[in-house]
Amino acid sequence: MAQLPEEHFMDTAQRLDSDSIIANGSGHEQYLTFMLAGEEYGVDILRVQEIKGWDSATRIPNTPDYVQGVINLRGTIVPIIDLRMRFNLEKLEYGPTTVVVVLKVESENKHRTMGIVVDGVSDVYSISADELKSAPEFGDDVNAEFVKGLATIDEKMVIILNIDKLLNSRELNVLDSAANER
Amino acid sequence: MSIDLSQFKQTFIEESLEGLDIMESTLLNLDVGEADLEAINTIFRAAHSIKGGSGTFGFNDIASFTHVLETLLDQTRAGERDVTAPAIELLLASVDCLREMINALQDEGATYDEEQVASVQEKLEIMLNGDKESNTESPAAAGSTAASEKNPTTTSGWLIKFAPHPDMLRTGNDPVLMFRELEGLGSLAVDVDTKVLPGFENLLAEDAYLSWEIRLTADVAKDQVEEIFSWVDDECELEITALAPAGDTAEDEVVVEPEPQPVNTDVKATPEKKAAPAATKKVAKKRSTSTEATSIRVGTDKVDALINLVGELVITQSMLSQLGEEFDMGKIEKLRNGLAQLERNTREMQENVLRIRMLPISFSFNRFPRLVHDLTQKMGKKVDLKMSGEQTELDKTVMEKIGDPLVHLVRNALDHGIESPEERIAAGKDPVGTLLLNAYHKGGNIIIEISDDGAGINKQRVLDKAVQSGIINSPDDISDDAQVFDLIFAAGFSTADVVSDVSGRGVGMDVVKKNIKALGGAIEITSQEGKGSTFSIRLPLTLAILDGQLVRVGEEVYIIPLISIVESLQIDKKSVNRLAGCSEVYRLRDDYISIIRLYSLFGAKPDSVDLEKGLLVVVEGDGQKVGLFVDDLLGQQQVVIKSLESNFKQVDGVSGATILGDGTVALIMDIGGLIDLSNTLQRDSSDGAVA
Repeated sequence: MAQLPEEHFMDTAQRLDSDSIIANGSGHEQYLTFMLAGEEYGVDILRVQEIKGWDSATRIPNTPDYVQGVINLRGTIVPIIDLRMRFNLEKLEYGPTTVVVVLKVESENKHRTMGIVVDGVSDVYSISADELKSAPEFGDDVNAEFVKGLATIDEKMVIILNIDKLLNSRELNVLDSAANER
Repeated sequence: MSIDLSQFKQTFIEESLEGLDIMESTLLNLDVGEADLEAINTIFRAAHSIKGGSGTFGFNDIASFTHVLETLLDQTRAGERDVTAPAIELLLASVDCLREMINALQDEGATYDEEQVASVQEKLEIMLNGDKESNTESPAAAGSTAASEKNPTTTSGWLIKFAPHPDMLRTGNDPVLMFRELEGLGSLAVDVDTKVLPGFENLLAEDAYLSWEIRLTADVAKDQVEEIFSWVDDECELEITALAPAGDTAEDEVVVEPEPQPVNTDVKATPEKKAAPAATKKVAKKRSTSTEATSIRVGTDKVDALINLVGELVITQSMLSQLGEEFDMGKIEKLRNGLAQLERNTREMQENVLRIRMLPISFSFNRFPRLVHDLTQKMGKKVDLKMSGEQTELDKTVMEKIGDPLVHLVRNALDHGIESPEERIAAGKDPVGTLLLNAYHKGGNIIIEISDDGAGINKQRVLDKAVQSGIINSPDDISDDAQVFDLIFAAGFSTADVVSDVSGRGVGMDVVKKNIKALGGAIEITSQEGKGSTFSIRLPLTLAILDGQLVRVGEEVYIIPLISIVESLQIDKKSVNRLAGCSEVYRLRDDYISIIRLYSLFGAKPDSVDLEKGLLVVVEGDGQKVGLFVDDLLGQQQVVIKSLESNFKQVDGVSGATILGDGTVALIMDIGGLIDLSNTLQRDSSDGAVA
């Protein structure tokens, strides 16, 4: 079961190599994309520390339910956030392609390492700044804050996420207290 | 060739601060009227190296300040001055000034109190010149020669013949720096002698071939010149003669007591035959760690031990991998042995690595002689400070954090504990009070005790004050002594009748307790009225590792710090009672303790909600006992504490996490936080019920 995702990221890693050779223009940034409920999301590839298969996490009591818990990443305690639950999407049983993307997050001048659970990694794209369109107003929906922009690749829309905003500790605290009040 | 000195600046600062510590502690041990030559030499050497260093680095204000200090010390060393109480006070004040100046160097942009420094420097000069003036003003009348200087200052300058030995440069001494310093004294005329300079092909870049003849035109004493060369005096030929024969250059002249001068210090020169100036030795610096520094100095023995262990680990590893390559079941015994060896190596390694962070508690205790000295002077009390167990080792982080609470407790003991000499005599005690600082290891903890033989804690007064300041409603609320003493730690509590600048504001003791608790420690008071009090602080040796009890709740494993566990027991249903329908209490012998169901607090799925099927772990936190209901006890082990906050955030009721043998993460419970959490939840739910 754990074999399949490994192959999957070997695949990605190879593509990642070839892409980095192709990408040479200034203003082009590379994004790692992953699938979540049929949509493709992207994060800045320089923030991706590693991609690993899903393994059980230790639950942390009294935290919002999208905090899956903490795992041991070579001696460091790393919290894992389920992105489907974070975005209020329908819950999906973890399967063979379910992976954890470990990201380096900057918040309040502090570096944190956090993992996000996604349905599966997809591709690496080079996207220039002007290809990135700002997202339309979503109204009061807090989720809009996490979106850095939208890009169109092969007629498909890719949602580029601002992970610093998404995985901000303050954000977690706010939601935590909101969850407690309920 | 210029050397970038800035890289040595930090070393200079650290060494100077150490030097100041040495000066301070030696000064405090000096007895008035009795010049302990060894002690004075120690002080002198420290001052001397600070002066040398600051001169080299171009910190002229420090250098000139230290120079005055040094001259004074030199005279004391030579027996020309008595060690008097005002002199010691003044020297201590100068140590403070220097420390401030050096600290100002360290924090860029920080400034020191220049006025303070100037006034202390002025006092030093007055003390110094008190003699000098008398000499210069009345040399003929009194028929005396200078007492304070080895040579009269009436010379117009010095002829210095300076011929370094060939290997002087290799010791890191640079003549340029010395010349630069000489230049600071007056104008120079230098002739260089290149006679021994070999041809270019024979020239060794690291050898010194040149020698110099320097004419220094300045009104300075010979020892000021000697001073500059003091670092190299065994590495060169040095001859210093007076330029103009205005003064008598004889070394051992008879000194006559100068006329007393009306100066505001009562230091006088003693009529003594001058001791030959002791050769200034290079200061053998004590290698120790400054407590505030972020770097840590580790003894080479500790590092060597680690390297040995790493070597063994590598051997074990290669043995195991060799075994793994051609493994069959016949070699299982060998594998077991190998693994046992690996375990032993790892454990030793762990112990040794932790030992690197351990420092003797003397680093924390060292500041107390000065504190006690200053405070007792201010308060007019007589206190004898005794310390024992200074070599007890403690984690560096713990030590840094325990410093302030200790200072607070010592201040309190001096202010509230020990009585004034009159009161002590009236009570039939020795007028000199005793303050004892003691440290020792006990189990996995370090115990620090602060005991005084003062008045002790007046329980009635504590109770009255507590009622007065609204901490308790009536004295009847409190039954035993421990609870009375505990009131002292309540915020806003003070028994001092008058608020002094030393203590009595009622802030502090609560902070002391909070700090100690934050370190995972506890504080206890024992006191006997009229006999004295003892504050004993119990601290974990290290913050990195703790002994934990693994408990299971359903599928989840949690760790309870062993130190907070009182006992574990099977629940007898008959002893369980419900209080007002919601919270459960358990009758444990004569006590009632509330039961916290861990699964409901942490939202876990338990094996059973039936109290009889699980176990009750009685724990103590914040001086409160509670019973934690868990499914099972698993085992005890030492766990390495990992921070949850570094990548996540603080979680209520959890102090950290650790990694278990199977690689999974387990949370370590914070008992105090757990009790708070349970209380909050209970309050919320009962509020909800009312609403």
